Amino acid sequence: MARIRLEELRKTFGPVVAVDDLTLSIEDGEFFALLGPSGCGKTTTLRLVAGLERPTHGRIFIGEREVTDLPPQARDVAMVFQDYALYPHMTVMENIGYPLRVRRYPRAEIERRVREVAEVLQIADLLDRRPGQLSGGQQQRAAVARALVYQPQAFLFDEPLSNLDAKLRLEARSFLKHLQKSLGITTIYVTHDQAEAMALADRIGVMDRGRLLQVGTPLEIYRRPRNTFVATFIGSPPMNLIRCRFHSAEAVLALEDGQAIALGERGEALRRAFRDGEPLWLGVRPEHLSLAEGPGPTHLSARVYAVEPLGVETLVTVQINNERIALRLSMDEPPVLREQVWVRVPMERALFFRENGELAL
Amino acid sequence: MSAFRMILSRLAFSIFTTLCGAFFALPMLWLLLAPFNARGTLAVEIPRPFTLENFERVFANTFAMRALLNSLILAGGTMITVTLVATLAAYALSRAEVPYYDLLTYGLILFSSVVTGTAAMVPIFLLANALGLVDTYLGVIMVFTGGLLPTAIFILRDFVEGLPRSYEESAMVSGASPWQMVRDVVMPLLRPGMMVVGIWTFVQVWGAFLVPFVLLRTPERMPAAIAIYSFYTEAGTPILTLTSAYALLYAIPVLALYLFVNARYGFRFFGGIKR
Ligand SMILES: Nc1ncnc2c1ncn2[C@@H]1O[C@H](COP(=O)(O)OP(=O)(O)OP(=O)(O)O)[C@@H](O)[C@H]1O
Ligand SMILES: [Mg+2]
Repeated sequence: MARIRLEELRKTFGPVVAVDDLTLSIEDGEFFALLGPSGCGKTTTLRLVAGLERPTHGRIFIGEREVTDLPPQARDVAMVFQDYALYPHMTVMENIGYPLRVRRYPRAEIERRVREVAEVLQIADLLDRRPGQLSGGQQQRAAVARALVYQPQAFLFDEPLSNLDAKLRLEARSFLKHLQKSLGITTIYVTHDQAEAMALADRIGVMDRGRLLQVGTPLEIYRRPRNTFVATFIGSPPMNLIRCRFHSAEAVLALEDGQAIALGERGEALRRAFRDGEPLWLGVRPEHLSLAEGPGPTHLSARVYAVEPLGVETLVTVQINNERIALRLSMDEPPVLREQVWVRVPMERALFFRENGELAL
Repeated sequence: MSAFRMILSRLAFSIFTTLCGAFFALPMLWLLLAPFNARGTLAVEIPRPFTLENFERVFANTFAMRALLNSLILAGGTMITVTLVATLAAYALSRAEVPYYDLLTYGLILFSSVVTGTAAMVPIFLLANALGLVDTYLGVIMVFTGGLLPTAIFILRDFVEGLPRSYEESAMVSGASPWQMVRDVVMPLLRPGMMVVGIWTFVQVWGAFLVPFVLLRTPERMPAAIAIYSFYTEAGTPILTLTSAYALLYAIPVLALYLFVNARYGFRFFGGIKR
């Protein structure tokens, strides 16, 4: 159990910068999710922490110890690989016990500990099988068991749930969260699934092209994404971004098709942040939008593009000019296709991004 | 009409495959039948009269019997050396990403075919002589090892390349030292490849005549491939009854090895590798 600190960590593969000057501190016992699209450098970061890759530049600390130049064997972390990497020639028992075997624990002690962990993970009756004879979910639990059997300084998970079907995934997710909280072992969890990161993590780090864009609690990241990339990466469907121009005198935002939204109380703040006539992105989450009966100062006229009932709520996509906007509505009688509707934009919850994507307000 | 044609073509195909099968089966049948025949013959026929006397005479030839043991020592020794060294070398060459690996192995394979070939016999003899390895098992084993190693490495590297790295990485993160990792994870997973190379090496040495013939002096150290000539007449023609009996004995260890390996390990890969 330990803090993990990464200082200006950088890793290049030839011309490819996989991890770009990453500085990050993960607290003792924290569940930290690294979130980002495919190829953004999540796995590379994890492998750097595990010692499977050598950093081009920068330093890594686990606990108070600098481990930058230590081999994986000396770092005392446990990693669960995306493909589990269970040794196919060993039984589940031997697989789980392997970290103890290399540490030269007595045979009886290994067996006792493996059984204990296997009980917790509900795979005690599978110990004599080979990994090839297990289902995906069972393999995942065996891989987690192999990490749990010795109490490492930290857990490193590389998309451990991506091979599971939707239902099993939800189960495994709750299970992992519960387990991590009860053990209190520092965890880095890599995923490209924003819902998984939101559900599991104490804090999330959002990565893109090797850079860490934002670090924060799930709610912080959800409510105040630092830029449009994070805004559109988190949430399903993601935040709506509407292209507008700021008109200082009237305190309105003008859309490209000429419609205007009154800024109301936020006009003053925008005046300080933006120049007159400056283009910007108006960001609103789909669940904050609603439908209105008729025109109003913050209402936009739109045409219904698609209606998707999801059970609890209905996902409605409307089209304004050429832009599509998603709404999450909980109503019994959703609008019908191609109908003209009024969308109410709640200015008090709206975010304003500069043209280059940075959050301004 | 067309049904008739079909039957005809089926018949022709059957006859053709039977002939092909017979062509390859006949020598083996001869090897199984001739040793029990009192009359020396090259024909495949039911032994008439049936006898075990050929074997009695072969067993009585202590030189030839000792030679089988020698063959076992030479082939077994080379098999173990080549398999172990090739496995470690192939692993290192593959994982260390040695530049120009392909060129290196192709070059070595080319040269190695020279080592066990006729052309290099004189220098090899001189070298062995200088090292005091003439007339020793070790000398023969070393020459064979040198000759077979490059091809063995070449074969095994394919097996190593097929092995996902995450097994080794997982072992390293779990705390295994490099040697523990190779012993516990890499070697067991490479076992099918090691079996292939092991048996291939064994068969190569088992049947080899030239190298031991040049390097060994003492009759007590000669392998079976040379000793079989003790069943030839002074004039140099084989005594068919005895050579066939000895040849059958000579074939048994290879068959046994193959059957043993197949039963114990099987020439298959472990299931459950998902990528
Ligand atoms: N061994 C390597 N050699 C060369 N380039 C590599 C290597 N490993 C990773 N890269 C590159 O580094 C970048 C980051 O890769 P990484 O595997 O860390 O991405 P990731 O975020 O884990 O993606 P995914 O979600 O698809 O697993 C990619 O552009 C990848 O092509
Ligand atoms: Mg990855």
